[in-house]
Amino acid sequence: MTMIFGIPVAALAAQVLLGLVNGSFYALLSLGLAVIFGMLNIINFSHGALYMMGAMLAWIGSEYFGLGYWPMMILAPLLVGIFGMLFERLLLRHLYGLDHLYGLLLTFGATLLIEGIFRSFYGVSGQPYPMPQLLRGSADLGFMVLPIYRAWVVAVSLVVCLATWFFIERTSLGAKLRAGTENAPLTKAFGINVPRMITLTYGFGAALAALAGVLAAPVLQVQPLMGSHLIIVVFAVVVIGGMGSIAGSIATGLLLGVVEGLTKVFYPQASSTVVFVVMALVLLVRPSGLFGREQ
Amino acid sequence: MKAKAFLLGILASGLVGGAQAQKLSDNAVRIGFITDMSGVYADLDGAGGATAIQMAIDDFKAKNPGWTIELFTADHQNKADIASAKAREWFDQKNIDLLVGGTNSATSLAMKTVAAEKKKPFISIGAGTSALTNEECTPYTVHYAYDTYALATATGGAAVRAGYKTWFFLTADYAFGKALESDTTAVVLASGGKVLGDVKVPLNASDFSSFMLQAQASGAQILGLANAGGDTINSIKAANEFGVTKTMKLAGLLMTIIDINSLGLPLTQGMYLTEAWNWNQSDDARAWAQRWAQRTSEKAKKPSYLHAADYSAVTQYLLAVKAAGTDEGDAVMAQLKKTRINDMFAKNGYIRVDGRMVHDMLLEQVKTPQESKEPWDYVKVVEVVPGDKAFRPLSDSKCPLVKR
Amino acid sequence: MSARRIGFGALALLAIALPFLGAYPVFVMQVLCFALFASAFNLLLGFAGLLSFGHAAFLGSAAYCTGYALRELGWPTEAGLLLGVAAAGALGFVIGSLAIRRSGIYFAMITLALAQMLYFIFLQAPFTHGEDGLQGIPRGHLLGVISLENDLALYYLVLAIFVGAYLLIERIVHSPFGQLLLAVRDNEARAVSLGYAADRIKLLAFVLSAALAGLAGALKALVLGFASLTDAHWSTSGLVILMVLVGGVGSLLGPLVGALIIVGLENKIGDIGAALAEMTGISWFSGLGEAVTIVTGLIFVVCVMAFRRGVIGEWTAWLQRRRGGLPS
Repeated sequence: MTMIFGIPVAALAAQVLLGLVNGSFYALLSLGLAVIFGMLNIINFSHGALYMMGAMLAWIGSEYFGLGYWPMMILAPLLVGIFGMLFERLLLRHLYGLDHLYGLLLTFGATLLIEGIFRSFYGVSGQPYPMPQLLRGSADLGFMVLPIYRAWVVAVSLVVCLATWFFIERTSLGAKLRAGTENAPLTKAFGINVPRMITLTYGFGAALAALAGVLAAPVLQVQPLMGSHLIIVVFAVVVIGGMGSIAGSIATGLLLGVVEGLTKVFYPQASSTVVFVVMALVLLVRPSGLFGREQ
Repeated sequence: MKAKAFLLGILASGLVGGAQAQKLSDNAVRIGFITDMSGVYADLDGAGGATAIQMAIDDFKAKNPGWTIELFTADHQNKADIASAKAREWFDQKNIDLLVGGTNSATSLAMKTVAAEKKKPFISIGAGTSALTNEECTPYTVHYAYDTYALATATGGAAVRAGYKTWFFLTADYAFGKALESDTTAVVLASGGKVLGDVKVPLNASDFSSFMLQAQASGAQILGLANAGGDTINSIKAANEFGVTKTMKLAGLLMTIIDINSLGLPLTQGMYLTEAWNWNQSDDARAWAQRWAQRTSEKAKKPSYLHAADYSAVTQYLLAVKAAGTDEGDAVMAQLKKTRINDMFAKNGYIRVDGRMVHDMLLEQVKTPQESKEPWDYVKVVEVVPGDKAFRPLSDSKCPLVKR
Repeated sequence: MSARRIGFGALALLAIALPFLGAYPVFVMQVLCFALFASAFNLLLGFAGLLSFGHAAFLGSAAYCTGYALRELGWPTEAGLLLGVAAAGALGFVIGSLAIRRSGIYFAMITLALAQMLYFIFLQAPFTHGEDGLQGIPRGHLLGVISLENDLALYYLVLAIFVGAYLLIERIVHSPFGQLLLAVRDNEARAVSLGYAADRIKLLAFVLSAALAGLAGALKALVLGFASLTDAHWSTSGLVILMVLVGGVGSLLGPLVGALIIVGLENKIGDIGAALAEMTGISWFSGLGEAVTIVTGLIFVVCVMAFRRGVIGEWTAWLQRRRGGLPS
C-alpha cells in the first residue's frame, strides 16, 4: 500500500472526494449569500437562519402535513423566499443609503429573533428527519463507499450553482439585475422596476439558503441553532472568493471543502479554524478575494 | 402586649409545627437555580429543571406547612460571567441558602467558588466535569447526578465485558470530551481491551463524514463517541449514513434519552449509553415522570435524569435542613454527608466527604423499534453499575478534603 | 465647562455614592468593565472609523494573562493588571499591523480571522484550562495594604481606573492626534496628500484601543475571579458592537449607556420580566428570563430601524431640535 505522509493513497483519495462533496454543499450554501452581497451589497447575516428555516420547514411539512422530502424541496425554498421578500420590503429597504454596518446589524438582530422564536417552540435538541427512500444506500467506488445521498447533494449543488451563475452572468434578465445594482437611477430610466428586482433577488438568495437547508435535513441535526454553526464558514467562503463574484464563491466553496477535508486528516483539531487561516492569508495577499473585483 | 403576642406565636408554631421551630435565616429557605435556559443544553435541564425543583418545594411544603421556601431562577446563557455574577448577587442581596447549578462545567466551577466563599451549599446537577470533586473540591460542593468519570467507567467497562475489546474514539476537542476519552481508555485497558486510535474534532463541527472513514479504517469493534449534544447527534447520523453501524458498535459516552428522541430509534438502536436514572426504571420513577410532564408545557415529554436529579437534590436538601434544625451552611453540609438517600432518583445513595453523591448508574442499550412499546420507551437496562464501582474511588482523589 | 463634562461629573459622583444607595457593587463593576471595553471599541469605530470584528481577542488575552500572573505566578495585583494591558497592546500591534493594510469590510474580516485563530490557540493551550476556564484568580491587595477581597474596596479601585481611562480617551479624542484620526476617518486620501502617515495613525489608534480593551479584560478577571473562553469568543466581539450601536457611535457617553443597557439586560432580564409581570398582570412576561436572545434580537432590530444614532445620539439630536438648531 503506497503511503503519502503516512496515509494510504486510497484513504487520502477518499478524504479528498469527501472534501469535494462537502465543498459543493458549502458552494450551494454560500451561493445565496454571494448573490445577495454581490447584487445588493447587503451583508446578510441572517443567511444561517434562513438555511435553518428551510430545514425546519421540511420537518414541519413532514410532521404536520405529511409532505415528504420531494414536495418540501420545492415548497420550503418557496416559502422562505416569500419570507425573505417580505423582510426586504418591510425592513431592509430602509437601510440602503446607509453604511453596510446597519444592514449587517439588522440581519444579525433578525437572526437572533428567528432562532429564538424557533427555539422557544421546538427546543434545541433537534428533530428526527429520515433519509428519503429513493436516496438510501451507498455506491462502492473501490477506494471508498460513498452514500448515494451525498452524490445527490453534489449533483443538486452543482446544477443549481451553474444555473444561478449562468442566469446572472449570461442572461439579459441577469444583466438588468446587475445594471440595477450598479446604477439604479440609470436603470430605472430605462423603465426597469429596480426596487422589485431587488426584492426578488433577496427572495431568491433566501430561497437558495432554504434549499441548502432541505438538503441538509436528512444528514445534519435539524434544530434552531444549526445555522449559527455554519454562518461564519459561509461568510469566509464569500469573502475569500471575492464578494460580488458568483463563480468565485462556487470555486472557493469547493476549494475550502478540500482544504478542510485534508486538515481533518492531518490535524483534525484545527479543521474549524483552517478556513480563517486561509481567509487571513488571502485577504492579506489578494485583498478583494481570489476572484473578486475591486470595489 | 408583646409577651402575649410572643406566647401566642409559640402556641401557633407549636400547632403548626413548622418553620418557627427551625432557626432559619430570615425565617425562610431561599433557593437559587442557575442553568442554561436558552442555549444548547436547554432541553436537558433548563426550564424543566426549574419545574422539577418547584415540584420538590411544593411536595415538601405539603408535608411541612408553615415553611416559607422561595425559588429564584436565572439563565446563565452558558457564560460563566453571568452565572458567577448572578450567584454572587443572590448570595449578597437575596440571602439565598442554597445554590443549584445546572448544565455547563465552566459555570459550575465559577459558581462553586462563590458558594464556598459565602460558606453556603452548592449542588451541581448538570455539569460533567469530575474536577468538581477532585482538584476543585470544596467543603460546600455537592456533585449530584453524574460525572464524566462515572459515565466513562460504566460504559467502557460494560462494553469490553460484552466482547467489544478494540476501541476507536471520536472526541470533542474540549475538556469534557478529552476527559471522557481518557477515563474510558483507562477502564478499557484495565479490562483487557485496546484503543486503536482516536480523532479530536472541534466542537460544533457539522460534518462527520471524514471522521467516519477514519473510524472505519481503524478496524475497531466499537466507536466511542466522546462528545455530547449536537455533535453526538451528527456523529450518529453520519455513522448510519456511511455504514459504520454495520461493522462497528456505537457507544454514546455522554448521551440521554433526549438525544435518542431527536434521532429516533432506527438510527440509535443497539447503542450503549449510561444514564443516572430512567423514567421507566421503577413505579415511583414512572409516577414522578407523569407528574412532571403534567406541569410542563408539553404533556407528552418525559424528563431526563437531570430533571429527576434536580427534584431529588432539592428534596434531600430540604430534609437535611429540617433534620439539622437550621439552614446554616456548615450544619446542612454535615447533615447531607450523613444521610442515606433513598428516593425515586437513587437507591442507597450517599454523599462522600469530597462532595460526590455516589449512587448506582444504569448501563443501558437502546431498544429496536419493535421492542419499544410506548412513546419515549427507548432503552433497556443492561446492567446496574454500583456507585462504588462507577465513581472515582477516594484513593485516587486529589481532593484535599480526603484524609489519607 | 461643557455640558458633557458636567454630565460626566454628575455621573461620577453618582457612581461614588452608588454602593450606599443600595446598588450591588459587583454588578456595577461588571458594567464598568464592559463600559471600558465599549469605550475602547468606540475609539476605534467612532473616531478612527475602523470596524473590528475581533475585539474580544484583546479582552480575552488580557484576562488570561492577568489571571495567570496573579494565580500561577503570584504577582502583585498592579503588576498583573499591567501585564494584561501590555499583552493586549502587543497583540493589538501585531493584529493591527496586518489588518491596517486593508480597509472597510476586508479590514473587519481580517480582524475576525485573526481573532478566531487566537481563540483556537486559547482552546488548545493548557494554561487556559480550555472551557473549564482559569478559575480562582485572587484579587490580592492594593499597594500591598488594602485587601481587594472586600467588594467595596475593589469597587472604588475599578471606578477610579475607569474614570482615568475615560478621561484618557477624552483627552486623546480632543488632542491634535484625535483631530488627525477624524481627518483620516473622513478622507484618508486627503490626509495622506497633506503629508500625514495615515497608516501609522490608524495603527496607533488600534493599539490604544486594544490596550484599553485589555485593561477592561484584566479588570474583569479581577472582579469575577476567572477568565473563560467566552471572553475571547466572537459572540463577545458582537456584543461590544451592539453596546456601541445602542449607546451611540462616536459619542463619548454612548458606550457607557450601551454597556449599562446590554449588561443589565443579560443579567437582569429575569428580574425585569418578573417585575413587568407584576405591573401589567400579564403572566407571559415572567417567562422573559428564558427569552434573552429574542429580546436582544428585538433591540437590535428596533435600534437599527428607528434609533440608529443610539441613545446618546438620539438624545443629542432631540436637544438640538429643541434648541432650533440644524439636525445633525
